[in-house]
Amino acid sequence: MLYFSKLRIIFITIISLFFILIASSNFFKFNNEILNKKINLGLDLQGGSYLLLEIDNKPVIEQKLQNLTAIIRNYFKDKNIRITNFKLIDQNLFFTSDKNFRQIIIDDFNAEDSKINPYYPRFKSHQLEIFEEDNFFKVSFSKQGIVNLKTSSQDQALEIVRRRIDEIGTNEPNILKRGNDRILVELPGLDDPMRIKSLLGKTANLTFRFVTKSSEDSFGAEKLVFEDGSEEAIVSKRIILSGDNLLDAQPRMNNDTNETVVTFSLDRVGAKRFGKATSNGIGKRLAIILDGKIISAPVIRDKIATGSGQISGGFTFKSATDLALLLRSGALPAPLNIIEERTVGPDLGQDSIKAGMIALIIGFVLVVLFIFVKYRIFGAITNITLILNLFILIGILTLFEATLTLPGIAGIILTVGMAVDANVLIFERIKEELKDEKNNLIAFDSGYVKSRTAILDANITTLLAAIILFFMGSGPIKGFSLTLGIGIFTTLFSVYFIARLLTVLYVSKNKEKEGLI
Amino acid sequence: MIAFNKYYNKFNILSASLVIISLLLLIFKGLNFGIDFKGGTLIELRSTESKINVSSLRDNLSQMNLGDISVKNFGNKSDFLIKFENNENKNVIEQIKINLDKSFGSSFNFRRVENVGPKVSDELLKSGVIAISVALALMLIYIWIRFEWQFSLGAIMALFHDVIVTLGLFSLLGLEINLSIIAAVLTIVGYSMNDTVVIFDRVRENLRKYSDIKIFELTNLSINETLSRTLITSITTLLALLSIFFFGGEVLKGFSLAMIFGVIFGTYSSIYIANTVLVRLNVSQKTVLREDKN
Repeated sequence: MLYFSKLRIIFITIISLFFILIASSNFFKFNNEILNKKINLGLDLQGGSYLLLEIDNKPVIEQKLQNLTAIIRNYFKDKNIRITNFKLIDQNLFFTSDKNFRQIIIDDFNAEDSKINPYYPRFKSHQLEIFEEDNFFKVSFSKQGIVNLKTSSQDQALEIVRRRIDEIGTNEPNILKRGNDRILVELPGLDDPMRIKSLLGKTANLTFRFVTKSSEDSFGAEKLVFEDGSEEAIVSKRIILSGDNLLDAQPRMNNDTNETVVTFSLDRVGAKRFGKATSNGIGKRLAIILDGKIISAPVIRDKIATGSGQISGGFTFKSATDLALLLRSGALPAPLNIIEERTVGPDLGQDSIKAGMIALIIGFVLVVLFIFVKYRIFGAITNITLILNLFILIGILTLFEATLTLPGIAGIILTVGMAVDANVLIFERIKEELKDEKNNLIAFDSGYVKSRTAILDANITTLLAAIILFFMGSGPIKGFSLTLGIGIFTTLFSVYFIARLLTVLYVSKNKEKEGLI
Repeated sequence: MIAFNKYYNKFNILSASLVIISLLLLIFKGLNFGIDFKGGTLIELRSTESKINVSSLRDNLSQMNLGDISVKNFGNKSDFLIKFENNENKNVIEQIKINLDKSFGSSFNFRRVENVGPKVSDELLKSGVIAISVALALMLIYIWIRFEWQFSLGAIMALFHDVIVTLGLFSLLGLEINLSIIAAVLTIVGYSMNDTVVIFDRVRENLRKYSDIKIFELTNLSINETLSRTLITSITTLLALLSIFFFGGEVLKGFSLAMIFGVIFGTYSSIYIANTVLVRLNVSQKTVLREDKN
């Protein structure tokens, strides 16, 4: 046991030097791809914003069911079946039909190759479920239907969120899916998330619709308020143009009126529709509606055939910039709610780094002094091991460019405190062995052997706790479990290779000395 | 040799009462959950104006109808921690900013803002409880594989003791339970187990070695043989934790305090709970030899 081959000594030295070099790249600059790595600082250390957004899919589901009315009506119309009394209540679509056709309708919905109820061949489950209740049919999304709907609205929302954040230009944002209806946004370095929060909080659903009098519109109409709350107007439900037709939008200063406006340009289809609507509707008011509120409703004076136009609405330059940004990046498929926010200012981050480092240094010095006083020469060996252990730990974190959080620093300090345990177990065991065994080499050897199970047990239990934390914990806590867990491996390595090597070198030179430890 | 076994009964009674008191505290007084588990908003402010104090800040904010609001100093006199319950108003933080700037001039720096919605806090609480339960279950399985059932029972009782009494102390002192406390409790679970297992290892070794020593004496012998390791490791761990507590900043205070309690209880329980279970179950050489044959 107390023998190290030359090869092994070289191996241990190279590993130690390698990690020291890697660890030092946090403090020096190297012109080398492998060496030029750094530990990432978590949001709690560098400052930044963590936002958890939840997609509110209820309007999407209702909209889809609403669209289904026409599809169902037309589908059965072709089969000469009349469907009536469509009603949408609480994400269920109700309708009735003549008694004789009931079975046909049910069969049509449940057929494996159903035309109006897809998915079966792929998912072995339909998109929709149909139930017969009293005299009504009740249609709702099946579990699979909901899952598909959520996944697709999450995909779309993620894309829009990414575009909006990219437009603002924060550095290295992290945008990730969580579950099937959440999006996690991490914005390092951002200390005031107000603007991003308000930009992400808007669906940005833009429509151009004519102002009308309620009775005369065949598409139906609704009463909407103006953005500034000043007045109300009745607006047709017929959509002339939507945000989908927009190619570009920019904030501009209108030189004639000295007003900030948002100019937009339309795609080919949009330009055609806009031209037609403006030529037919001269003298009418065209309302520009964003998320159910009227921004402005100018009177059409001329036909606009150029496919471009401008929106005015008492904007400041800032609000015009944000509106243009929202229009450029597109509408969210569904509203987003911020259900969790954690923002740390950069100066608090700096303070935390400073405090963490001071705690680490003081904790380290205290442990090192204590161990040295207690074990003298073997204390020195333990302490050298401890220093190397720390370097290897930081080296590994650097190599994988892991994220260091404040609790992560606490994990490193705790590792320092607990890392000596293994050496203490060994040395205490050796002391016991030396009571009966006069041969230093044999006593040291059996000390190492006999303490091994206890050391393994002790470290496995801590590792189990760290693993659970890693999978259950979030953000900063994950950082704690990471450093604690990696710390266990580096501790075992440094105790069984570095400390043992140093111990062997010392003991083999002092074979005869009594009271060695 | 210290006669730890002389006090087995006394400390068993003490531990039993501590656990009962802690459970009563947890049931009747409950825990002081932070916004991580209760939902709500937390704002850490630093003021540059020395005239501003907790009461002037509280008076100002209480006019905003934020519901149950708490304002405290945080670490030092110019830092404040504001907490209030979930608010329907999405722009509440912006409004507080405007309101404070109007009343006190722009003398505030918003150092930290946390806002946890009711759904998220419910989930965090659930996953915290699951994490601790899974940890306890895994430890149980591990110790069950490694040792005979009498040992497992002893270790698990020590573990429950440490977790319950630490939480009881948090309840008694009204200290806040947040995500980092869950991390602390899990680390305590690991530490307590670690400490118990080291002594148990020695108990088992001694059981195999000596057939004529009764378990009452044998546990005492094992505790003494491992005592200096137990103390040294506890001391170095406590040195590290005290350093975090005093120098690691306000954010880590709760975490390090919980860990300090946990390490003390963990060390105590390894000696006075885990071992006494072995004594009460009358573990003998037969117990470990039977296992060896299997």
